[in-house]
Amino acid sequence: MTTQTAHAPKGGETPAFYMTEEYHPEGSTMLGFWIYIMSDCLIFAVLFATYAVLGHNYAAGPSPADLFELPLVALNTAMLLFSSITYGFAMLAMEKDNKSATMMWLAITGLFGAAFIFFELYEFYHLILDGAGPQRSAFLSAFFTLVGTHGLHVTVGIVWLITLMVQTGQHGLIPENKRRLMCLSMFWHFLDVVWIGVFSFVYLMGVLG
Amino acid sequence: MSSNTDHSHHSADAHGHDHHGGHEAAHGTFKSYMTGFVLSVILTAIPFWLVMAKVFSDPVVTAALIMVLGAIQIIVHMIYFLHMNTRSEGGWNMMALIFTIVLVIIALSGSLWVMHHLNSNMMPMSPEMMRNMP
Repeated sequence: MTTQTAHAPKGGETPAFYMTEEYHPEGSTMLGFWIYIMSDCLIFAVLFATYAVLGHNYAAGPSPADLFELPLVALNTAMLLFSSITYGFAMLAMEKDNKSATMMWLAITGLFGAAFIFFELYEFYHLILDGAGPQRSAFLSAFFTLVGTHGLHVTVGIVWLITLMVQTGQHGLIPENKRRLMCLSMFWHFLDVVWIGVFSFVYLMGVLG
Repeated sequence: MSSNTDHSHHSADAHGHDHHGGHEAAHGTFKSYMTGFVLSVILTAIPFWLVMAKVFSDPVVTAALIMVLGAIQIIVHMIYFLHMNTRSEGGWNMMALIFTIVLVIIALSGSLWVMHHLNSNMMPMSPEMMRNMP
C-alpha cells in the first residue's frame, strides 16, 4: 500500500497497481486436503458409532476384558505418539531447508509407524489364533473393522511417506515436495487423533466393562 | 495459538496474511511441538494409569474421566500438531471442522439413541426362541 501511494499519478498518467497480496498459487491445496481429512473423519465416526452400538453383543463369546492387553495398547499408543513428534521435527527441519535432517526424521517416523503396524498385526494374529476373529461376534466384527481401518490408514501413510522420501531424495525440498510433506503431516497427525478415540473408547472403556 | 509467534521467518511480509507464498499454512515451532508432546504424554498416561491401577472402584467415574481426558487430548493435538486456529485459510478450516463435529455428534448420538430404544422395545425372548434364531 505504501509504495502505491508514494507514486502519486502526475499529469493524468494512469498509475500501475500491483496487487501482490492476491498472488497465492496452490493456496487451496491445504484447504482441500483438510476437507478430505474431515470426510475421513466421518468414516471413522460411522465406524465408532457401529462399535458403540455393537460393542456389547458378545454372542456368548469373549468380552474386551478377556481379550485386550493394555500394556501392548500402551506400547502402540507410545509408538504413534513418538511418530507424531518426529514428524513434527521433520517439518521443522523442512522449514529450515535442511534436507538430510528432514530425511532422517521422516525415516524415524516411518520406523515408529512400522512398529505400530507390527504390534497391531501381532495383536490381531493372537486374537484370531485364540478363536476371537472378526467372525466370532458382532463386537469383534466392529472391533476389527474400526481398528483395522485405522491400521490400513497408517499403512497407506507409511507407503506415502516412503514415496515422499524417494521424491525428496531425487528432487530435493522443492515447493511441490514441501506441499506434499505438509499434506502427509496433516494426515499423520489426524491418524494420531483418531487413535486417541480408539484407545480411550475401545480399549480402556472396554477393559472397564 | 502457536502460529502467533512462528511467523518470524516471514518477517518480510508485513501484511500478516496467512496465504502468501503458496505452501505456507500455519507452522509450529520446536517449543509448540514439545508442549503438545508433553501434554499428550501426560493426557495419555493418566487414563491408562486410572484403568490399569484401578484407581476408582466406580467404573462410571473412570469412564467419564477417560472421555474427558481424551477430548482434551484431541484439542491439544488439533492446536499443537495440526495448527488449528480460527484464522488459517481465512477461517474455512475451522468452518469445515465445526461442520464435521456437528455431523459426528449427530451420527454418534443418533445411532446410540435409536439403537438403545430398539433394544429396550424388543419383545422379550424365551431361551427356546433364542436357540431357534437364525
